[in-house]
Amino acid sequence: MISVLQECTGCGLCVRACPFAAIKVDTDKDKKIAEIILESCTLCGSCVNVCPVHAIKIEREKTEINQGDHKDIWIFAEQHEKRIRNVVFELLGKGRELADECGEKLCAVLLGNGISELIKPLSEYGADKVYVVDCEALMHYSTEPYTNVFTGLITKYKPNILLFGATSNGRDLAPRIASRLNIGLTADCTKLEIVGEKQLLQTRPAFGGNIMASILTRTFPQMATVRPNVMKRKEPDRKKEAVIEKVNVKIDERSLRIKITDIVKEIKGVGLNIEEAEIIVSCGRGIGSPENIKCVEELASALGAAVGGSRAVVDAGWLPHHQQVGQTGKTVAPKIYIAIGISGAIQHLVGMQTSDVIIAINNDPEAPIFKVATYGIVGDLFKVVPVLANEFREVLKQRSKTM
Amino acid sequence: MDIVVCIKQVPEITEVKIDPVTNTLVREGVPSIVNPFDEFALEEAIRIKEKSGGTVTVVTMGPPQAKEALLRCLAMGADKAMHLTDRMFAGSDTLATAYTLALAIRKLKFDLIFCGKQAIDGDTAQVAASLAEKLGIPQITYIKKVDVDEKNRKIVVHRETDEGYEVIECRFPVLLTAIKGLNEPRLPSVMGIISAKKKEIKTLGAADIATTAESEKFGLKGSPTYVEKIFAPTPPSSGLMFTGDESSSVKKLIQHMISDKVL
Repeated sequence: MISVLQECTGCGLCVRACPFAAIKVDTDKDKKIAEIILESCTLCGSCVNVCPVHAIKIEREKTEINQGDHKDIWIFAEQHEKRIRNVVFELLGKGRELADECGEKLCAVLLGNGISELIKPLSEYGADKVYVVDCEALMHYSTEPYTNVFTGLITKYKPNILLFGATSNGRDLAPRIASRLNIGLTADCTKLEIVGEKQLLQTRPAFGGNIMASILTRTFPQMATVRPNVMKRKEPDRKKEAVIEKVNVKIDERSLRIKITDIVKEIKGVGLNIEEAEIIVSCGRGIGSPENIKCVEELASALGAAVGGSRAVVDAGWLPHHQQVGQTGKTVAPKIYIAIGISGAIQHLVGMQTSDVIIAINNDPEAPIFKVATYGIVGDLFKVVPVLANEFREVLKQRSKTM
Repeated sequence: MDIVVCIKQVPEITEVKIDPVTNTLVREGVPSIVNPFDEFALEEAIRIKEKSGGTVTVVTMGPPQAKEALLRCLAMGADKAMHLTDRMFAGSDTLATAYTLALAIRKLKFDLIFCGKQAIDGDTAQVAASLAEKLGIPQITYIKKVDVDEKNRKIVVHRETDEGYEVIECRFPVLLTAIKGLNEPRLPSVMGIISAKKKEIKTLGAADIATTAESEKFGLKGSPTYVEKIFAPTPPSSGLMFTGDESSSVKKLIQHMISDKVL
């Protein structure tokens, strides 16, 4: 239920803020007051946030504790500069399993501008349906317009399960939406399974991976963010064509309170971001000096890997902060993590110990990093790393020949 | 400038273990600290206050002993503290926590709210954004630089993204979350520690901030998510170690990676 209270001054800010063109202010009447066009209103809540006199109220049904007509599995198809993030394909892979188990559809939600060519890959990787919202104000991610549009879609179409990649933007957006709808949200899950009556059991590490917790949600949709590189993507089906559902919105950028005035790219070197990379080559204090990062980068480029570092290396200014792995940096879980000259303080281990395969190179056989390593080489890293880079190059060259 | 900083007292994660028999958290004897990300948030708030005047109020929700964390914040330079503590708050998930904080913060005057990016125990990074929504104000997460333009009542910040950063402008009031690199938090001085004891810590319970109807949304009752079970992760199986001549170690490593289908 949405209602306009007596306090309304008819200022019209809500008209500008409504992405679904569902509010008008009739200027002919004696008293100007906002009117809600109920058939267009999705209860997205954009108007409530901008009203200067708090004159718009939305009463949401007492938390939705019944699955009721909530159905389908939704994936937020996060894109950046018209490239779909890797985690989206992983979520489609997992989402496909969940959808089949529930006997429901798998849907992708794609927000952006000029994004029609992104629909095909979403279908190929498993989506039955793609909701597309194409609008200039959605070109670059920003909390407000994304929350408004997404909330509107949820209240209108009522999904059962809603998954986001636990990327910077996914973790910015999901809690804002969940808070607006007063529903539960589980962060950074590493395992998802269906139990009971289409209930989503969400398992996540806490206390830096020292403890695992399995969580259930009483409200619908059941929402979670999912750690990148954990779920497996499916082989694409080139013939699959999803149903496309276009949703029209109109966003007046003057109504947005946040203005992005510049976007600066900083990722250097191999140019991969450590949260998305399948392989990370990471270095610690053991590399001795900033010039030696070159040999680490060499190895990374041989493998097409991203370069990371421990806190010591970042604090010394040898690598920028966004490449730091660990408690005060980023939590990563790549397929292969190569730790070079990293002793393995607990603050580092909590940021990488869920990686599939860990290779540690260190001259101290007692270094704690070896306790979590799948493979360890005890030796001089300056002798190991160049040989390793060459060997990897050889193997990959052989492989590409036989393919 | 009136700034509110939300903080959390957290255990030093290195020490937290699961009792293998009862399968519950063993927290006794585990030292507590102010969540490191919250210290970046507080430091920035204090620096802004030192430049432009005003007040810094730290707010926390937590058990009685969380007062120690507030004392440390006052010793660093915060002016006032608010401690939300009540058995009714126990078992809150991120939504119930944000709801409770919002009820209390709404009674304060503020231009900016600072939070840490996430707490190192739960690692959810959800409370700050949920709180901003409950207060109806914008949020900007992952801040690594803040410039305050007091005359125009706005801020210009750098928000870290996966590729670099965004430059963002926003008018007051706004909620910001701090990451490492924003600043280097100070240690409390001796004078700070002495003066902290004279500063005000307001302790508020459920009845002080909410009506009976509102209290229904506190704690376990107000939390839409619940923990079904907790368990210890499977310990990593001990790995293969190669020692001796580096080149032959590398060769052995590659062979194993190929036979284990890692490569």
